[in-house]
Amino acid sequence: MSVEVAHGPAYWLRRLGSAVTGGLAKLGYAARFLVAVLWHSPQAFRRMHLTLREIYFAGVLSLVIILMSGMFVGMVLSLQGYETLKRYGSDEQLGILVALALVRELGPVIAGLLFASRAGSAITAEIGLMKTTEQLAAMEMMAVDPLARVIAPRFWGGIISMPLLAALFSAFGIFGGYLVGVRLIGIDEGAFWGQMKAGVDVWPDVTNGIIKSIVFGIAVSLIAVFEGYDSKPTAEGVSTATTRTVVISSLAILALDFVMTAFMFRGAAV
Amino acid sequence: MPAQANVRVPAATVADRSDADAPAVELKDVSFAYDVRPVLEGITMTIPRGQIVAIMGGSGCGKTTILRLIGGALKPKSGSVRVAGQSVPDLEPDALYALRRRCGMLFQFGALFTDMSVFENIAFPMREHTDLPDELIRDLVLMKLHAVGLRGAAQLMPSELSGGMARRVALARAIALDPMLIMYDEPFAGLDPISLGVIGQLIRKLNDALGITSVVVTHDVYESLKIVDFLYFVSEGRIVASGTADEVRQSMLPFVRQFVDGEPDGPVPFHYPAASYREELLARVG
Amino acid sequence: MNRSAMDLWVGVFVAMGIAAIIFLALKVGNLLTLNTTPGYVLEANFDNIGGLKLRAPVKAAGVVVGRVESVRLDPKTYEAVATLRIDREYQFTRDTIASINTSGVLGEVYVGLDAGGDPVMLKNGDRIVKTQSAMVLEKLIGQFLFDKAAEGGKAGPGEKAKEAEGIKK
Repeated sequence: MSVEVAHGPAYWLRRLGSAVTGGLAKLGYAARFLVAVLWHSPQAFRRMHLTLREIYFAGVLSLVIILMSGMFVGMVLSLQGYETLKRYGSDEQLGILVALALVRELGPVIAGLLFASRAGSAITAEIGLMKTTEQLAAMEMMAVDPLARVIAPRFWGGIISMPLLAALFSAFGIFGGYLVGVRLIGIDEGAFWGQMKAGVDVWPDVTNGIIKSIVFGIAVSLIAVFEGYDSKPTAEGVSTATTRTVVISSLAILALDFVMTAFMFRGAAV
Repeated sequence: MPAQANVRVPAATVADRSDADAPAVELKDVSFAYDVRPVLEGITMTIPRGQIVAIMGGSGCGKTTILRLIGGALKPKSGSVRVAGQSVPDLEPDALYALRRRCGMLFQFGALFTDMSVFENIAFPMREHTDLPDELIRDLVLMKLHAVGLRGAAQLMPSELSGGMARRVALARAIALDPMLIMYDEPFAGLDPISLGVIGQLIRKLNDALGITSVVVTHDVYESLKIVDFLYFVSEGRIVASGTADEVRQSMLPFVRQFVDGEPDGPVPFHYPAASYREELLARVG
Repeated sequence: MNRSAMDLWVGVFVAMGIAAIIFLALKVGNLLTLNTTPGYVLEANFDNIGGLKLRAPVKAAGVVVGRVESVRLDPKTYEAVATLRIDREYQFTRDTIASINTSGVLGEVYVGLDAGGDPVMLKNGDRIVKTQSAMVLEKLIGQFLFDKAAEGGKAGPGEKAKEAEGIKK
C-alpha cells in the first residue's frame, strides 16, 4: 500500500548505524548475561547431577564423531605429510609433524568446530525450545531461576567437555597417524615415537593446546547458551538461533585461534 | 499440609492469616505498554479470596499481559498491582520469589518439562522449594495426581500425553505446593468437549476444596459461565464490562452480547480497518 | 537413561579424556625427561649463530644437557651472546668448547659442548671462552668454489660444476 522511500545514501547510513548500535546492544546484553550465568554457577555445582547430565549430553554424545574424525585427520596428516617429507629425505620426522600439527592446532580447532556444530547447536535448540513452549517462563513463575537450573549447568558442561574432547581428538589422531605411518607406509616405529617425543614439549605445545581448547569451550558454550536464551519463541526463531550458534562459534574459534597462536608461539623463531 | 518439625514448609499459612482481609489480587488503574504500543489502560479489578474470576476478551486484547503483571513478570507503567496486600512491582527479587512460591500458574499448553516424567514434573516444585524426604514427596505427588485423575500416568513422559492430559498434569503441578492463588492462561483452548468439562470441573472443585483464589484468562464463554463467580470483559486494553455470571448472562451491553452470543460483527468489528472497498477495487494498478 | 547409567558414561568419558591428556604429556611430549630443577646459566659469544633458535638444545656427546635461553647482540663487539641454561647435574670444564652444529644437513641447529681437561669447572654465570661459530652453508660453498678456482686450470668448468653439485646433495 505505502510507497517505499527511495534508497538514498542516508537510508544506507541509517541502516548501518542501526546495525552497529543493535550489534553493540546485543554484545552488552551478552556480557551482562555472562555475568548473570557466572553468578548463578555455584548452584550448578552444588547440584552436581545437573552438570553431570549436561556433560553427558555435550561430551559423551560427541565422542563418536570426535574420535572418528580425529583418527581420520591423523591418518590423512600422515599420508600427506609423508609425501612432502620424503622429498627432503626427512620422512623420519613424520611423527613430529603429525603430533605437533594435532596438539598445537588441529586438535583444539577441529574438535572445537565439531563440538560447536554438534553439541552447541543441540544446546541452543533445547533452550530455544524450552523458551518457545514456555517452560522457562513456567520455571520462573515457580520461583526457580532458569539461569541457575537450566543455563548454568549447560554452560559448565560444555566448558568441562571441550578440553577432554580436544585431547581425545589429538590422541586418536596421533594413533591414526601411527597406523598409517608405521603400519601402512613402513616408517620405523622407534623413529616415529622417538622423534615425536623429542620434538613435542609439554610446556608450550601440549599445555597451549589445552589452554586453547578451554578458551574455545568457554566461547562455544557461552554462544550456544546465549543464542538459545535470546531466541525468538517461534519455530523459525529457534532454527535461526541454532544456525547463528554454529556460525558465530566457528568464526569465534578461528579468530581466537589466530590471536592465541600469535601470542603463544611467538618465541618459536628468534 | 505436612507439619514435621525438621521440615521446611511453604509459609502460606502464616501470611494468610495476617492479611486475611485483603483481597487476593487488586489492580488499580494499571496501564502498560510494550515500548510505544499501549496494551492496557486504566485497568481496575478486585479479586476477592476464594472466588474464581474470569478475564475475558478477544485475542490480543491484553488478557495474558494482566496475568504477567500479577505474577511480577512485567512491571506496569502506572497504577498499582497488589497480591495478598503486597505491591508486586516493588518487591525485591527474594520477596518476589517468596510470593511466587505461593502462587501456581497453568500455562496455555501446559509447559511441562519435556525431559522429565509426569511424576518428576509435579515433584519439581517440591524438590526445589522444600526439604521433604523422598517418601513424602512420592505420597504428595500421587495425591495431586489423584486429584486430577491421572495417578496411573505417573511414569509417562509429557510427549506421550494428550493435550487434555498434559493440561491436567500441569494443573497438578500448579497445586503442588498448595498455593493461595492460581492463574490459568487459556485453560480451555484446543480441548475436546470431554476434556473441557473435566478441566472446568477441576478448576471449580480445587478452588473450593483448597480454599484458593483462581484467575482464569479465557475466551471460552460457555465453559466459563458454568464455573466462575465474576467476569471482567477486556477490549482493546480497557475493561468494558464486568459482573457476576448471572448478570453477564442477562446483560444487554452490546459488547457482552456479541461475545456471549458469538456474533461475528458488532462492537468488535468484522473488518480490519482498511480504505473504502469501492476505492480499492477501482484504483489503478502501478 | 537413568541417572546411574548417565553417571557411569560421564565417568568413562572423563577418565578417557584425562587418559588422553596424560598420553599426550608422557608418550607424545617429553614431560618425564624434562628436568624440573632450574639449572644454571652459562654464556657464550659467537661470531655467527647461524640458524640457532630459542630453546634449541644444548648437547654434549649427543645428549641434551640444556636449552638456549636467550640470544642477543653485544652492541660493543657485535658478537652474538647466547645464554645457555644447563641442567644442574652436568658440570663442564673451564676450557669447554661451545660450537654451533646442525644435526644432519637440514636438521635443527643446536649448541654442542666439548669438555676439556681443565680441573676447574664453570659456575653459574660464567662465560665459555672457546667458541666455534656456525658454519654458514653459503660461505662454505663460496669457499670451496674459490679454492677450486685457485687450483687453477687443471679442472675444466664441467668438473667444477659436478663437484659443486656433489656438495649440494
